[in-house]
Amino acid sequence: MPFNRLFYLALFSLLAGCGEPQQASNVDYDQVYPAVGGGNMINAMIGEPSGLIPMIAGESAASAIASNIFNSLLKYDRNLELEGELAESWMISADHRTITFKLKPDMQWADGQPLTSADVLFTWQLVTDENTRTPYGSDYKLVIKAETPDALTFRVSYQEPYAPALDTWAGLQILPKHLLEGQDINTTTFARNPVGSHYYKLGQWRNGERISLVRNPLATQGEARIERLVSRFIPDAASQFLELMADNIDTMNLNPIQYARIFPSRPDLTEKIGLYKELGNSYTYLGFNLKRKPFDDIRVRQAINYAINKQELIDGVLLGLGEPVSSPYKPGTRWTNPELQPYPYDSQKAIALLKEAGYADHDGDGILDKDGKPLTFEMLTNQNKQREMSAVLIQRRLKEIGIDARIRVLEWASFIGRFIKTGEFDAVVLGWSLSLDPDQYSIWHSSQQAPGQFNFIGYSNPQVDRLLEQGRLELDIEKRTKIYHEFARLLQEDSPVVYLYAGYGLPAIHKRIKGIDDPAPPAGIGHNSHEWYIPQPLRRLEISAQ
Amino acid sequence: MRRALSNPMALGGFVIIAIIMLLAVSAPLIVPFDPEAIDVKSILLPPSSTHWMGTDGLGRDVFSRMLYGARVSLMVGIVAVGIATLIGIVLGSISGYYRGWVDVFIMRLVDVMLSIPTFFLILAVIAFLTPSIWNIMIVIGLTSWMGVTRLVRAEFLSLRNREFVMASETLGARDGRLIFRHLLPNSLTPIIVSSVLGVASAVLVESGLSFLGLGVQAPQSSWGNILTDGKEYIEFAWWLSLFPGLAILITVLGYNLLGEGLRDALDPRSSN
Amino acid sequence: MIRYLLNRIFWMVPLLIGISLISFFIMHLAPGDITASEASFDPRASEESRQKLRELYNLDKPVIVQYGLWLKRMATLDFGTSFASHQRPVFWQTTDEQGNVRKGMIQQALPITLLINVLSLVLIIAVALPLGVISALTRNRAPDRAITLFVFIGFAIPGFWLALMLMYWTGVVNNWLPISGLHSIGYENMGAIAQIFDTLKHLVLPVFISGLSGLAGISLFVRNGMLDVLHQDYITTARAKGLSENTVVYGHALRNALLPLITIFGLSIPGLIGGSVIAESIFAIPGMGKLFYDAVLMRDFPVIMGILTIGAALTLIGNLLADLAYAWADPRVRRGVMQ
Repeated sequence: MPFNRLFYLALFSLLAGCGEPQQASNVDYDQVYPAVGGGNMINAMIGEPSGLIPMIAGESAASAIASNIFNSLLKYDRNLELEGELAESWMISADHRTITFKLKPDMQWADGQPLTSADVLFTWQLVTDENTRTPYGSDYKLVIKAETPDALTFRVSYQEPYAPALDTWAGLQILPKHLLEGQDINTTTFARNPVGSHYYKLGQWRNGERISLVRNPLATQGEARIERLVSRFIPDAASQFLELMADNIDTMNLNPIQYARIFPSRPDLTEKIGLYKELGNSYTYLGFNLKRKPFDDIRVRQAINYAINKQELIDGVLLGLGEPVSSPYKPGTRWTNPELQPYPYDSQKAIALLKEAGYADHDGDGILDKDGKPLTFEMLTNQNKQREMSAVLIQRRLKEIGIDARIRVLEWASFIGRFIKTGEFDAVVLGWSLSLDPDQYSIWHSSQQAPGQFNFIGYSNPQVDRLLEQGRLELDIEKRTKIYHEFARLLQEDSPVVYLYAGYGLPAIHKRIKGIDDPAPPAGIGHNSHEWYIPQPLRRLEISAQ
Repeated sequence: MRRALSNPMALGGFVIIAIIMLLAVSAPLIVPFDPEAIDVKSILLPPSSTHWMGTDGLGRDVFSRMLYGARVSLMVGIVAVGIATLIGIVLGSISGYYRGWVDVFIMRLVDVMLSIPTFFLILAVIAFLTPSIWNIMIVIGLTSWMGVTRLVRAEFLSLRNREFVMASETLGARDGRLIFRHLLPNSLTPIIVSSVLGVASAVLVESGLSFLGLGVQAPQSSWGNILTDGKEYIEFAWWLSLFPGLAILITVLGYNLLGEGLRDALDPRSSN
Repeated sequence: MIRYLLNRIFWMVPLLIGISLISFFIMHLAPGDITASEASFDPRASEESRQKLRELYNLDKPVIVQYGLWLKRMATLDFGTSFASHQRPVFWQTTDEQGNVRKGMIQQALPITLLINVLSLVLIIAVALPLGVISALTRNRAPDRAITLFVFIGFAIPGFWLALMLMYWTGVVNNWLPISGLHSIGYENMGAIAQIFDTLKHLVLPVFISGLSGLAGISLFVRNGMLDVLHQDYITTARAKGLSENTVVYGHALRNALLPLITIFGLSIPGLIGGSVIAESIFAIPGMGKLFYDAVLMRDFPVIMGILTIGAALTLIGNLLADLAYAWADPRVRRGVMQ
């Protein structure tokens, strides 16, 4: 019967196609090419920005793209030191309460209009306006007076010296007054059609599919090299990886397994894709609800800290691509206290501490107990693979010393709404993504424990409170460093959380992109992305300019 | 029953399911490794003589996880369908037997439930509750009773007018007796077929939920979550995708074959 | 007939209200709201602003009050605006005084979902019908067995697994099809024909994956329907009358076997607007599935309610149309109704 034959034919051709991926072309990616302008760089993002006005749309997808369009008064250089961006210099008054920024002359917006201090003032007014739907206003509301003595000068005064101030000015992206004045910032179509002053301007936004940025010839920092940046929205990580393998995207963030196991075993991939690693400004931790037993007992917290093998976490969850943490900061920065070490893995010590606290296995069921109650608690975490894996490893180690730790994985909004906000949790596995300023008042100060605030673990230590308050007032960097080192030391002793690790970001970038600063400086490899270039012979088939 | 098993499809399906159930039930006895035993030195190993199906991202033995996963996937299917069928039989019998406004009310309720897209409903509810294995089973059950209800009701409506029913009624048989001794047993065929097919569908739904991160959670293993864990390495760590994928395929196939085979065999219309 | 129609239409309104009420309450069972989104765990963000947002959206009022407000708006067919920071209209675009157009969210996601679903339907009809007929005609012989096996496997295979494998094979191993997305990078600069081809190429895998289980189901259904019909008396009569086999099969049997199909298609109308979240996520397609899923995770209530309401309305209409079409097509019912 004809159908039978057709069937077998189809089956055969199906199987015949299985096999090795296509042969790589004979392009030599390691050759040295001169730097030229032009070319497209395509990257993938998991989510789509809700808008491109930085103060309104705070999610990572939006800020990743908006940071190419807008810039701020200050920025961080490759070593994470502050330098001027829109400002060419700044001065702090003798009483430390006033900062005067001097803007660069002859700056323009992408539409050709001049960029002056009026724009800076306008942006500050917007972010502190009660009607602006932004969660980021609080830092800027500390400014009691903002003035523009002339078109190139912007001056702000604070009630008290505010050490994190400069960092906040590096984080406020300046918006154009001439386009936004009179508009409702919350609903303006500027969010879909932004005009900025940085290396790129919006080329095209295909809803749900991609955003294309084109080079801005009027950029205040000079022109970038790559002509177009395309960000494709690909929600699934498996699909992203397939696109990377098929050479349809140029960059992607890898997970440790892809970085450490897949790529090394695939010479056809490493031939055309380069791997980089950079330490991000975040750390993952196990946090205790200090208002609940047994976590109100410092010995229990320290015991758990000793019982967790952090190197095992780094090896198992991150395949070695992470660093241990002993201060609440990114390892290697000046704020981390060099004298502190993480609690070593010592199960004997853990058991001893718990015994001291009154916990022993009285009923022989393998779980420690005290006053008839077993030592058991629930660890909550969100749907993040690494955090889940960490929780599983922690659970195993705790089981070994007789603690029954259960794991519950929750969807984010439920997690925050039902458990964190209400304080209804035992322990959490979460991470902090930090700003570059060492101030952590909102996370650790005892006044920040109201529902919805960030000291949700309920930490209260008057000495730490004082240090945090001092740290905000002290502008001298050496003295400030001492304050935060002492702060870190106290936290380490108290162990309100167990620092687990700081993971590396693992970007994979196609080798057609040249000019990457490798190994990554403290600011990450992206810091000089405007200097990257794509040599002519390595470019994709150009679909003509748009 | 003999007629049922003589149908090759039904027989084939039955054999497949029997084997898988056997494996699932005997899992604790035959499992070579502790499915939750992490070994960071054995991450992502390909199948070998020690690890027949390789290891996963935390070094756990995949074969062991697959065996336990069988228990989970099957349990989800069976319990969910059990709940759905129970609700369906209750509501369908009441609706088909008593008719009148009760029937209208129940049918409107079915309409309402059918109007809300099932997967959406499951998604929404599980996103709100914590995705534990029990919640998943209950939610799938609570959202798939509508088909059974309609089936049972249809059977009752058509049977009600048959002679034996009217005869029993004339003889003064009480409602309960009618329902349980006469109507229900004669409606069994479509209910059984629908339940069997329902298990297949529930297993697939669980794997879909795992893909979205809302299925059975770590450290428990289900075929859905093993498959999802490995989806970023389908080419490199093919064993993480192949085995659970095939397992789901074969299991669902088995149930579908059994269901369709039963339908063929027990349905009086299709005799040659 | 008219009475029946009016009765059904009359019931639709309370049903819709009932559905929306149930949906609304289920939605509010969830802990958390729009303010618990990604930026909420940024230490630089403040709680007061989130509280203000909650007040702005009436999230602090009792649920029944919120429902009442929503119902009042819906009575004027105003679907409202999204809670997300962009505040786009939920359903259709709005134009403000300056002539700025803000596109509606459903307006943008629906066409692509409709396209995929309609193409799926076309695929199903074009492939499942012949397969079902062939299967029925060659009952229990090799082609029937092969088709049945293929159908069952199609039914049983986890969609996302097959999708990823196909994407790998057609996109990475061989450069036949794009892997994800809807349009290639240089789409705007292509000619019209090239654009159509480009879009179709991107839709091959999504349509296939979406339609696979439907394909399997309908094939089986057609097969069984044909088998049922082929054993009926009137078919034997037709054969006895000496009609050609073709006339018997295609003229009589097929037509009658397809009647129940109408009901099925009617019932699948609401499914037309439901995108598969999984397929859309894997293929990076911005359709209704992803829209709904994201809205659920973000607790974007206006969008959730908008989609559920439209879906419910379509279901009710689809049911009605299916029943009407069946009544019209089945001469037994039609004659009965006319009497």
